Amino acid sequence: MDGMDTALAILVGTVRAGTPLVFAAIGELIVEKSGVLNLGVEGMMLVGAVSGFIATVLTGSPYIGILVAIGAGVLLSLVFGCLTQLLLTNQVATGLALTIFGVGLSAFIGLDYVGTPITGLRPIAIPVLSSIPIIGPLLFNHDLLIYMSVGMVALVTWFLYRSRGGLILRAVGESHDAAHALGYSVVKIRFLSIMFGGGMAGLAGAYLSLVYTPQWAENMTAGRGWIALALVVFATWRPARVLIGAYLFGGITILSLHVQAHGFDVSSHLVATLPYIATIVVLVLISRDATKIRLNAPASLGRPFHPGA
Amino acid sequence: MIIRRMFLGMSAALVGASLLMVADPATSQAEEELKIGFVYVSPVGDAGWTYQHDLSRLELEAQFGDRVSTTIVESVPEGADAERVIRQLAADGHGLIFTTSFGYMNPTIKVARQFPDVTFAHCSGYKRADNVSTYLARFYEGRYLTGVVAGSTTESNVIGYVAAFPIPEVVRGINAFTRGVRSVNPDAEVRVVWISAWYDPGKEREAAETLISQGADVVTQHTDSTAIVQAAQDNGVHAIGYHSDMSRYGEEAHLTASTHVWDNYYVETVNAVLAGEAESTNVWGGLADGMVELSAFGPAVSAETQAIVAERQAAIVSGDLHPFEGPVLDNEGTERVPAGRSITDEELLSMDYYVEGIQGRLPQ
Repeated sequence: MDGMDTALAILVGTVRAGTPLVFAAIGELIVEKSGVLNLGVEGMMLVGAVSGFIATVLTGSPYIGILVAIGAGVLLSLVFGCLTQLLLTNQVATGLALTIFGVGLSAFIGLDYVGTPITGLRPIAIPVLSSIPIIGPLLFNHDLLIYMSVGMVALVTWFLYRSRGGLILRAVGESHDAAHALGYSVVKIRFLSIMFGGGMAGLAGAYLSLVYTPQWAENMTAGRGWIALALVVFATWRPARVLIGAYLFGGITILSLHVQAHGFDVSSHLVATLPYIATIVVLVLISRDATKIRLNAPASLGRPFHPGA
Repeated sequence: MIIRRMFLGMSAALVGASLLMVADPATSQAEEELKIGFVYVSPVGDAGWTYQHDLSRLELEAQFGDRVSTTIVESVPEGADAERVIRQLAADGHGLIFTTSFGYMNPTIKVARQFPDVTFAHCSGYKRADNVSTYLARFYEGRYLTGVVAGSTTESNVIGYVAAFPIPEVVRGINAFTRGVRSVNPDAEVRVVWISAWYDPGKEREAAETLISQGADVVTQHTDSTAIVQAAQDNGVHAIGYHSDMSRYGEEAHLTASTHVWDNYYVETVNAVLAGEAESTNVWGGLADGMVELSAFGPAVSAETQAIVAERQAAIVSGDLHPFEGPVLDNEGTERVPAGRSITDEELLSMDYYVEGIQGRLPQ
């Protein structure tokens, strides 16, 4: 059935297009929940993408590539952490600088690897389940990272709202002075959050360079880091809504391509703006309760912490 | 050679650009060597628009040896930054400067006025001055030939085209390609997906996947990455590259590519400047001038198809065949060029319709 195939292609494409956003946004969500604004997502993604790619070329294993990408994202986020948490630099300026640095650094270290072909990560078909019509290809025939991204959202939700660690992290993001007075190390907790954000951004980059388009090309993230940042805010810092937002954005992007390819008479300019408009409208509508936004928004977001001040 | 590499951030509004210079100790004035500057809009990379310009720059160095030295500046944003870079090159004693992106037009003209002794050549613009020439290639001739390859190869009779923005340059390519397709396969149709970006590997790939899922078994693109060739390779269908030979991204998938070769133009321009006879010219060359070429055919292109392409190529070079020879019908049946004449250059430059054989309507 032709219609069925198209619907399936759209849904599978949605998951593929949404996954890098899920990783980057869920990482940034934790960072922001701890009260830190890191605008360096795009830069960390690019450095993750290039280092994961190079590691895969050198070792032949995309799994090692993924680990290296996470490591590279963490390393770069540590630079941000040291500057903003220890030297108390301005978070917005430091984050922007991190993106600019990441764009340049990734271009520089990737120079010799542009155009190197690799075998990317292959889908893992879950036995039996993947042979179910429709549901099989939709849910049980993806690469490891897609399964991981959904698992990560569940894990973060559980951690934030069901674990002691999550409670402490939220407390730090809410009022670092109060958390400090209770005896929690604000700087340490924020450092860990920033590192988690860096690792996830690196993973998002690896998804692009190892799975989505298995190649390295300068600036290949093409702004996805910024979209992830916006998603966190529009999803009002709630993990499940980040997932919805990412799939919505990916889904409408894919849908608009299908609409065009089918030859429907729509303006390509309108179609190009649709993913942005639809994602914002939907997320604003489901999160329009101002009280709840205030409850979810970390009150100390972006404010530097001076112990003892 | 002096390389200035610019590391650029996301948005010009947000970032400042830093300039890192690596000076070559051997640039002391030996003889009267001609210093040639190249301004590139993107990194050189390993395929694409800028890469093709850089190949020809290397050709200049190889041919002229000690008589010339070249400088490149990569990733120069169009606009105010470009003017600064071009002026700096002129002030540094470059006698000839190639500016290789449309958006450098006004900055080039402006700087050229202040440096009347420097020769400028701007690619793809329409403004000229006494010391500013313009040059461009008739890419559509290559597109027509790749269309012939696509039309002969397709079995599903659906061909996918991933395109950036609906401007005449891109539309002309789609139309020429489709004319090529239909000249050998009147049943085939071309489907176009606009992605509203020149460069977004992820989106280019998704657009190609979309077209393939709708039955396209040959895809091509007018965007800047190589993602569609990979998508074709992974899905077991065929792809046609643009700008550069992209076969290494999909050995079996790659049929051929329409490439730009600036060697002849650059060599002639340098010769003219060295002889002190540089004039302001407007060059729009095609297959006949060697400015457009097809890359080597992939394994899936039959000998028969190769023969047809060779024949058509010879006919275009000799002037017996024009890709837009009348009658040219648009895809709503209106006659755009009457039978008995070929399209004029003005009509080519302002093309704003889809020809017969393309599905859907051109976004206005």
